[in-house]
Amino acid sequence: MAEKTYLQAISDGLRQEMRRDPRVFVLGEDVGVYGGAFKVTHGFQEEFGPWRVLDTPLSETAIVAGATGAALMGMRPVAEMQFADFVSCAWDHLVTIAAKQRWRAGTPVPITLRLPSGGGFSGGPFHSQNPESSFAHIPGLKIVCPATPEDAKGLLATAIEDPNPVLFFEHKHLYRRIKGEVPDDRYTTPFGEARVHRAGGDVTVITWGAMVYTAAEAASRLAEDGVDVEVLDLRTLIPWDREAVLESTRRCSKVLVLHEDTRTGGFGAEIAATIAEEAFEHLDAPVKRIAAPDAPVPFSPPLEQAYIPQVDDVVAGLRELAAY
Amino acid sequence: MAVREAEPVGSLQEVKDAGLDREDLFGIYRNMLVTRGIEERGHILYKQGKIPGSFYTGRGNEAGAVGVATAMGPNDVGTPLQRDMGVHITRGVEPWRVFAQYMGRADGPTKGRDGNVHLGDAKLGLHAMVSHLPAMLPVAVGMALAFRIREEKRVAVGWCGEGAAARGDAHEGMNFAGVRHLPIVFVIDNNQWAYSTPAYLGYACEHLADRAAGYGFDGVVVDGTDVLAVYRETKRAIEKAREGGGPTLIESVTLRMEGHAVHDDAFYVPKELFEEWALRDPIERYRSWLREYATMTDDEEDELTSGVKRLLSDAIQRAEESPLPGPETVADGVFAMPEELETPHHK
Repeated sequence: MAEKTYLQAISDGLRQEMRRDPRVFVLGEDVGVYGGAFKVTHGFQEEFGPWRVLDTPLSETAIVAGATGAALMGMRPVAEMQFADFVSCAWDHLVTIAAKQRWRAGTPVPITLRLPSGGGFSGGPFHSQNPESSFAHIPGLKIVCPATPEDAKGLLATAIEDPNPVLFFEHKHLYRRIKGEVPDDRYTTPFGEARVHRAGGDVTVITWGAMVYTAAEAASRLAEDGVDVEVLDLRTLIPWDREAVLESTRRCSKVLVLHEDTRTGGFGAEIAATIAEEAFEHLDAPVKRIAAPDAPVPFSPPLEQAYIPQVDDVVAGLRELAAY
Repeated sequence: MAVREAEPVGSLQEVKDAGLDREDLFGIYRNMLVTRGIEERGHILYKQGKIPGSFYTGRGNEAGAVGVATAMGPNDVGTPLQRDMGVHITRGVEPWRVFAQYMGRADGPTKGRDGNVHLGDAKLGLHAMVSHLPAMLPVAVGMALAFRIREEKRVAVGWCGEGAAARGDAHEGMNFAGVRHLPIVFVIDNNQWAYSTPAYLGYACEHLADRAAGYGFDGVVVDGTDVLAVYRETKRAIEKAREGGGPTLIESVTLRMEGHAVHDDAFYVPKELFEEWALRDPIERYRSWLREYATMTDDEEDELTSGVKRLLSDAIQRAEESPLPGPETVADGVFAMPEELETPHHK
């Protein structure tokens, strides 16, 4: 057990998987000599050689399609998109081929796609997005959004082991900001099991990724008002832990769904709809959603601050729910 | 690096030098007959209302498809497209399963989940195409990448039409393969028409194989109606790739002898062009060659053709006996289970 940053946990986890399984290899732009734009694969090429840590041409299509073909031949590729935003260039190969091949042709596609995502540092419209909801809508893809270093390492091991295409959204704003205790030995963290980040009984916040910390800070503020807020970290969106959400809903009776992705058609809508269908009689207030507005991610700091849900926004939402 | 235009194949000796004995030559003929027979019988079934959706054939490309597949080794893999039924047949996909696929039955390779030529059999090294052409081409590059990483002497074949060669996937796949010198052969089935769009509105270079130079590997143009020439050129390219010589781009030139699909009467293709290419029908051409150079007798030919007819009739009957998929299975198998990876090639 040692304290590690979120980024170091991902890097250590990936290295551990590569040492353990010769089928695991990494491909992406600048992942080799440079060690990746965020240095997740720093030092990997020295240890594993240029054919297991492949610098590719600047082509997301070649990366994702190449990973898919290699997976069909028995490899366990871990492909890096330099930024999650660039996955749009590989949409076809992910959505048309990788997601459908098992159902259609019976051939599993065990690929892990690492997607540095999220905003908060003036990355602008093309280096800040959280496109997880778009992919959650595609049958055949699994969606992982870890919030803590420990989960990031354990969920990455599970992703690589999984026989399906897994989109691993690692939040850039957590990379070096968040530290936590991470076991040294290999372990896997199961998909579809939410984690109670903070236990409470009056209002529950359902969230994931960097918003877990926004919610937790807001919850501390509400504690000063005497309101006991629970923060439930979903950890994975596909599959998602419906039972944990419904259980927390039944217990708290008031729900806030929070995400950094845009509001309309966001995954929060799926959660709110499920609560309405299955726990309506337990609600003491309408389910509330806080999300980014339906606009691209802006560059300038005051605009970006207005865009990404802030602690104050969540505090206001929670107070509204508490008073309902 | 310059593009080479392949010579036609001549004598039996030349063919023997390319690794084919008389039995192989008859096998090629049989595969071409089965390929055309499946598509002709499929067309009838379609008109009888027994095939839902649409129906695609590769009439005119039997030599291209069978020639390439004959050159592939048993452990090689590929991603054939909608004009390449001959690849499936040559590698051993049973005709009754193709008919079952056409008819959306439970015994089709995709169990009714996908239709027409969107089929494959991983055990035979064939991976099912998608409609987004040529999206499978860079996937074939990934297969070659796996072989290279594991230092296996296996080769991937990636197909593309002349129409889809306009897409970025073709470029990105070929570029990656060129940079990494991967064991892959690219086959462009140039049948001159992308749906109704003629080749001159699809690309501006003289030959699509010219593009190979831009990726740092060899290109070759071959007459796609000459099955032995296609075989010889593919064999050469595959063995080169197997020995670490990197990719080759083969442009196989034919004419699509029917519409894009069964609903399309191809009114936009000049009649004279059809007449001209009908004289080069790949099956008729090969039949004449077999009679002249391989002394195929009337008896041998009759035995072959009647055997194919029986095979196809039995295949249709067996496919019609196959059940339709159960509606309750519609969402089964969206996700794979861990034990599915416990296969020899996944270990």
